[in-house]
Amino acid sequence: MNRILKTTESLCYKYRYILLAAFIGLIVAVPFLPISRVIMRLLIMIALYSMLGMGLNVLTGYVGLVSLGHAGFYGIGAYVCALLQVRLGVDFWIALLVSGLFTALIGFLSGLPSLRLSGSYLSIVTLGFCEIVQMILKQWESVTNGNYGIRNIPKPVFFGMELNLQNGGFLVVALVLALLTGLGCLALKKSNTGRAFLAIRDDELAAGMMGIKTSRYKILAFVISAFITGLAGGFYSELNGYIEPTNFVFNISILILSVVIVGGLGTVRGMIFGAVVLQLFPEVFRFLNEWRFVVYGLLLVLMMRFRPQGVLGWQSTQPYHISKRTKELLKETVTTKGGIGG
Amino acid sequence: MNDFLEVKSISMHFGGLAAVENVSFHVNRGEIVSLIGPNGAGKTTVFNMLTGVYKITAGEMYFEGHDLREMIPQNIVKIGISRTFQNVRLFSKMRVIENVLVGTHIHTKYSFFESLFRVGRFKKEEAKLEAKAIGILNSIGMGDIVDSFANSLPYGEQRKVEIARAIATDAKLILLDEPAAGMNPAESAELLRFIRELCDKGYTILMIEHDMNVVMNVSDRIYVLDHGRLIADGRPEEIANNPKVIEAYLGEQKHVED
Repeated sequence: MNRILKTTESLCYKYRYILLAAFIGLIVAVPFLPISRVIMRLLIMIALYSMLGMGLNVLTGYVGLVSLGHAGFYGIGAYVCALLQVRLGVDFWIALLVSGLFTALIGFLSGLPSLRLSGSYLSIVTLGFCEIVQMILKQWESVTNGNYGIRNIPKPVFFGMELNLQNGGFLVVALVLALLTGLGCLALKKSNTGRAFLAIRDDELAAGMMGIKTSRYKILAFVISAFITGLAGGFYSELNGYIEPTNFVFNISILILSVVIVGGLGTVRGMIFGAVVLQLFPEVFRFLNEWRFVVYGLLLVLMMRFRPQGVLGWQSTQPYHISKRTKELLKETVTTKGGIGG
Repeated sequence: MNDFLEVKSISMHFGGLAAVENVSFHVNRGEIVSLIGPNGAGKTTVFNMLTGVYKITAGEMYFEGHDLREMIPQNIVKIGISRTFQNVRLFSKMRVIENVLVGTHIHTKYSFFESLFRVGRFKKEEAKLEAKAIGILNSIGMGDIVDSFANSLPYGEQRKVEIARAIATDAKLILLDEPAAGMNPAESAELLRFIRELCDKGYTILMIEHDMNVVMNVSDRIYVLDHGRLIADGRPEEIANNPKVIEAYLGEQKHVED
């Protein structure tokens, strides 16, 4: 089993540019493919949850801070996007960007307690955050319309063409958003920011001793995570056409966290896999009726017992990618001096 | 006054416990200085005080004119003091090269957005850092395991990666906390050679060590701590014959009647 996964990994790595091109080709082809509405919606939800997973993964997988409050960020993103359009008539694309940025700001504020707390204590604070958001959405009726939610959110328009479920526009947007998020996360991971994140996760004290300003990076992780989740929320409000507070309850936080854990903490591939599993599962096992949730719980327990790192959460078997530029630099140093440090 | 590292009667109290009491020492540029003493003497505490992990209770510490008391660990590493840990603290789920790259963190010259969009400057700077990290690893004979994950390495190798990580910060003064612990004689002989080499390259080393073979062979000067107090200092041969030191390690000599 492991060997199959690892061979697949090395193949995927080898042909990564071809895969990327194929994926982009697929996105372009979506409007012309005969996909039924049910499948279309399922695919959109998979893309959306991959994105949510990647958002939480920045925080939980990279920096090791477990958040139970991501439904809160998700809800804030959705409401900001919807309200800007319905109340102020802002164009969808601008509203989407603003919803991401606004949620990032909230992420910054809610990241502040993370500086003093860790582990389960932080999780409980984020849980509280989720409930606060829920309360505000329900009670602040003059703005959020309370329990009635917001209806008739206009469909996005792209160069004069309305995007909806039928013409595949939504799926294209969802796939593009997920793709950009995925590429962003991969780029993030292989930079000094990503290394600082992982270092904080593995050993915060040692990270500080290497000059990493741990507080700043923890907050940055909250901001990035909230930004991605806010964008996903904004898109969700479009997709649904209406939103209400119950769309963003605590269960959603758990669902997002499950995506991350099932797929494999700290990996991008795992987020896609986790989203596929958790979105397909309820559909495939529809015949089990209420028993679905028992099986679902059982699967999670078995996962934790036999594969705690997540299904795709193995350490990479690929060699570290050393760029051509680096190799050239190395050749120069070998011929000129060599030795420690340089 | 010494212009490199100067420590004047520092103390560290934890509640009523005086872990370090009125300790003064100095390190000159280019020296290898050892800090020895029995377990619980406060050696690691001194390191933690120097690197800003603990806020010292009393005393003064200066490094090249910077007042270390006022600085946070992140800034202390920037002015050129880096350390390793007694029980290895590598980033276990990261690769060896990534661990060393974390050491170069403070020298990164690109911004977050530049790294996100992979602009030219990011690639250029990142290549420089990678080359530097690989250069350091090559120089300590670990060039062939740059890809390995830190948690898959044997203990001795992990210690070397930790030293490599400390070097990568471009520190002038490197604090080594028991570098030879858990190494076999061949490995510690290799370490000895390596530490000397570091010194020749212009690094200054302050080291805590229990392996007397390493300490006596490599140190220019030695300070001995016992129960948080400095009991002796001097060249290795002076320390080896100092009755106070022998007493601290082996206990008081009792006259036994036949």
